[in-house]
Amino acid sequence: MTSVAKASIEPRAKGDPVGNGVFAALTLAVAVLFYAVIAVIGSEYLYFAGYVVLQFVVLATAWNILGGYCGYVNFGSAAFFAMGAYTTICITTIASEYAKSAVGAAIGAVPPGVLVVLMVVLAGIISGLVGLGMGYLTLRLRGVFFSIATLALSVVLQTLVVNWDFVGGSRGAYVIRPNEFPLLPGGFIAYLFVLMLLLVVVALCVSRGIERSRLGFGFAAIRDDEMAAEAAGVPTLRLKLIATTISGALMGMAGAPFPYYIGYLQPQSAFGLEYAVNAIAMPMVGGTQSWIGPLVGAVLLGSFQQWATVTISSVLNLLIVGLLLIFFVIVAPNGITGFFRDLIYRRRRSGGGSGS
Amino acid sequence: MSQTTNGGANSLVIEGVDAGYGSVRALEDVSLRVDTGETVALLGTNGNGKSTVMKCILGLVRPTKGRIVATIDGVAHDLIGKTTEAIVDLGIALVPEGRRLFPKLTVEENLMLGAFRPKARASIKTNLDFCYTTFSRLAERRQQLAGSMSGGEQQMLALGRALMLSPRILLVDEPSVGLAPILVSRTIDAIKELKDQFKLTVLMAEQNFHQAIRIADRGYVIVHGHIAYEGASATDLNNNDIIRQLYLGT
Repeated sequence: MTSVAKASIEPRAKGDPVGNGVFAALTLAVAVLFYAVIAVIGSEYLYFAGYVVLQFVVLATAWNILGGYCGYVNFGSAAFFAMGAYTTICITTIASEYAKSAVGAAIGAVPPGVLVVLMVVLAGIISGLVGLGMGYLTLRLRGVFFSIATLALSVVLQTLVVNWDFVGGSRGAYVIRPNEFPLLPGGFIAYLFVLMLLLVVVALCVSRGIERSRLGFGFAAIRDDEMAAEAAGVPTLRLKLIATTISGALMGMAGAPFPYYIGYLQPQSAFGLEYAVNAIAMPMVGGTQSWIGPLVGAVLLGSFQQWATVTISSVLNLLIVGLLLIFFVIVAPNGITGFFRDLIYRRRRSGGGSGS
Repeated sequence: MSQTTNGGANSLVIEGVDAGYGSVRALEDVSLRVDTGETVALLGTNGNGKSTVMKCILGLVRPTKGRIVATIDGVAHDLIGKTTEAIVDLGIALVPEGRRLFPKLTVEENLMLGAFRPKARASIKTNLDFCYTTFSRLAERRQQLAGSMSGGEQQMLALGRALMLSPRILLVDEPSVGLAPILVSRTIDAIKELKDQFKLTVLMAEQNFHQAIRIADRGYVIVHGHIAYEGASATDLNNNDIIRQLYLGT
């Protein structure tokens, strides 16, 4: 997929004025500010819509670690997302089905606010392991063949879930979202919103940290020329496994609170096409070269979809995404961030004599 | 390069190697050796298995039969079954066919990737300085993307990247591919210079017969996956009817 791996003209920035710790603090500050604005407006709709956009930021950022940095296009994002969601379903079902047993009673005794956080962690572990497994099975495949294999993984997992009665099978399963949450004014949905906001902070820090580390350096080498990377002694298989694991774990974490958000989870919605498509479209629209691209793409496309759902039609969403994707592939193949970076670079070169 | 060795032996022995891709047999009973400080040319036209020999040495292709032993600083290492990372760690560097740079990374980043292994990191600074003094074009273009450079510059960068490892044995696969004749001879000269300066042991696969034997001490001609001729010296290779026949197919 050369279009995905295509870099902007400008070399990557040298030096690193903002350390990882500072970046984390800054991101957290922006997140707090963002929450404060939403909380002051106080509309419940904003929590619902914002949650979805934030969830896509995490998904897009996670996809980009494998797809953007390493150049391996994963079509199976929905599978990892659904795995996170079904982790929650599985645990809550254990609590209700085996309420009398020690395990069930113990889970039932945990307050939902804490349980969601535990689910996020558990989903991260499970999806990370599945990502690792997927890596072992598929990473000897390259290009389109890898992508098809990830798509197959998604289909296989969906079939398993549809036929697994314990988690509701094809009928789906309920999770009762409590209305109130003691610490926040907006109720439980506000809490889910804050949780997803924190996941965004985590995802962005991980993504940016990788980008500027030796790991990211090795990823870039794999993306540019895997055989040459191997010949230079880059442990390509190990690095790719790290990428699938981290990417998968973050996607699963994004999916874990989803049953609480939606209330009633069906396989068709958890494995929905919109997750697989958006996880690819958002980084490509925003730019796959750096951590900021998926953020820009997800915020723009995600918000646009939320707006379109209300004003135009909820069915037309994916059509709009598809059209935008075609538009960007033609007009700005390096995404929005790549487009502006090239623009600045060209201007600087034509204006200021000897560049860099 | 500070830790260039003068004393230890650095040689390579390949014995009876068979290798292939899937059911396609690419090498059959290939044996060759490169002694300490030698430059050995592996000659042959396209598709005869030169690159496969290189890949076998580096563990990128697993031979189905035979032995590959590298002696590094006097210590013998069996390369069969070792991972590419481990082989690179020993100090065996490959300049791949077609250069295979990282086109979207800068010149400096390309060089740094040559020193990706933990063992090579210690001497990054000296090696980087060395690359920039030897190839001044690279110094001028250190922030430029490798893919935007000319073929000759790219070949210098590919050589520089391999040197970042402080190698003992240098494998060069088809340095002449895709270069103008003048650049081919410049590249060949550069290999010779580097070899002399660092007492490298060099195995060079090349189809450009006349350029290759300019700097080679000895040579092998590989035809259809096996060694068809072994030349004891450059002159031996040069004035030889068998070679002309094997090589040109006349």
